[in-house]
Amino acid sequence: MSGDPLAALGTKAPPRKNGELHFDEAWESRVFGLTMSLHEAGAFAWGEFQAELIASIGAWERAHASEARSEAKPSEVEQWPRSGEGGSAGAGRAAPLPTSGAGFHYWAYWLEAFERLAARKGLLELAALDARAAELAARPAGWDHARV
Amino acid sequence: MAHEHDHDGEHGHDHAHEPSDPEAARLALRAEALEALLVERGIVRRESIDAIVARYENEIGPLNGAKLVARAWSDPEFKRRLLTDARAAIAELSLPMGETATPIVVVENSPGVHNVVVCTLCSCYPSSLLGLPPRWYKSPPYRARVVREPRAVLREFGLELPESTDVRVWDSSAELRYMVLPERPPGSERASEAELVELVSRDSLIGVALAGPPAEAPRER
Repeated sequence: MSGDPLAALGTKAPPRKNGELHFDEAWESRVFGLTMSLHEAGAFAWGEFQAELIASIGAWERAHASEARSEAKPSEVEQWPRSGEGGSAGAGRAAPLPTSGAGFHYWAYWLEAFERLAARKGLLELAALDARAAELAARPAGWDHARV
Repeated sequence: MAHEHDHDGEHGHDHAHEPSDPEAARLALRAEALEALLVERGIVRRESIDAIVARYENEIGPLNGAKLVARAWSDPEFKRRLLTDARAAIAELSLPMGETATPIVVVENSPGVHNVVVCTLCSCYPSSLLGLPPRWYKSPPYRARVVREPRAVLREFGLELPESTDVRVWDSSAELRYMVLPERPPGSERASEAELVELVSRDSLIGVALAGPPAEAPRER
């Protein structure tokens, strides 16, 4: 990888815990891997994804400008680049984006940004994605236990 | 927050495939559909996604644990404190204890003694030191087999130990976490503390590998 694309995202970089990318659900790491994989394969320039992500998150931020700071728990999520080691209290650290909850789910915005970019690049049509998601939703309960 | 109790890799991640609310389920389905479509169209391979996720998991996770080990290798007094009172030693380096501050015990490898850590009940893990647990750590086969046949499991990780080595398996729990202090690799005598940090892999802190130069490729199983 040339440079560090995640670092380039600045304040819109993924949440980290103990310096490591933080995923709450399996799909989040899949979407992350999908995005990085296509970027590394040259499907899009990093700046193009960055612009989509900033648009997604920016919309949420503008809508929640006052809450965002109070709800983030600095000890829970970390920004990239890490702003020094700091104690668990994280005093003085800029309020990072919360990972989830309170109407904000970082990876949901990442997913949305990637979907838009993929559609714009002609990799898929959003209608096809909607249709496939609906098909998957119609599977009988418990299907995933057989697979996992 | 919803994941309040997952901070030290307790139970939550084992159930990541059971989204708890409709919005989470919708997102999971959408992500799955996205991957399936792009794979079918030959735009991306699942293996590439696996490799990238593994690379990020391995590269950045165990930094804090590695710092403790490098300091212990460099400073015998610090090592003594780390082994007798890990909490105080962790505080000395201003490393976070993690939200729940679950007590951590550091177990030392030495010639003839090798330690390996598991959580047989779920996937308790010192996340504040090692990052998120790797997928295999949470897998039922690892959790069951490493207790029954540790040597065989270690061999599958590429770690062949002499018959004479005493293999000790430590079972983590919600009340107590373990981290392995690996042996300082031969040839690293002149390395600075910062260089030593580079030699400490996540796997060596769990005990399924020795400390040493980084492996060629990340292993996930």
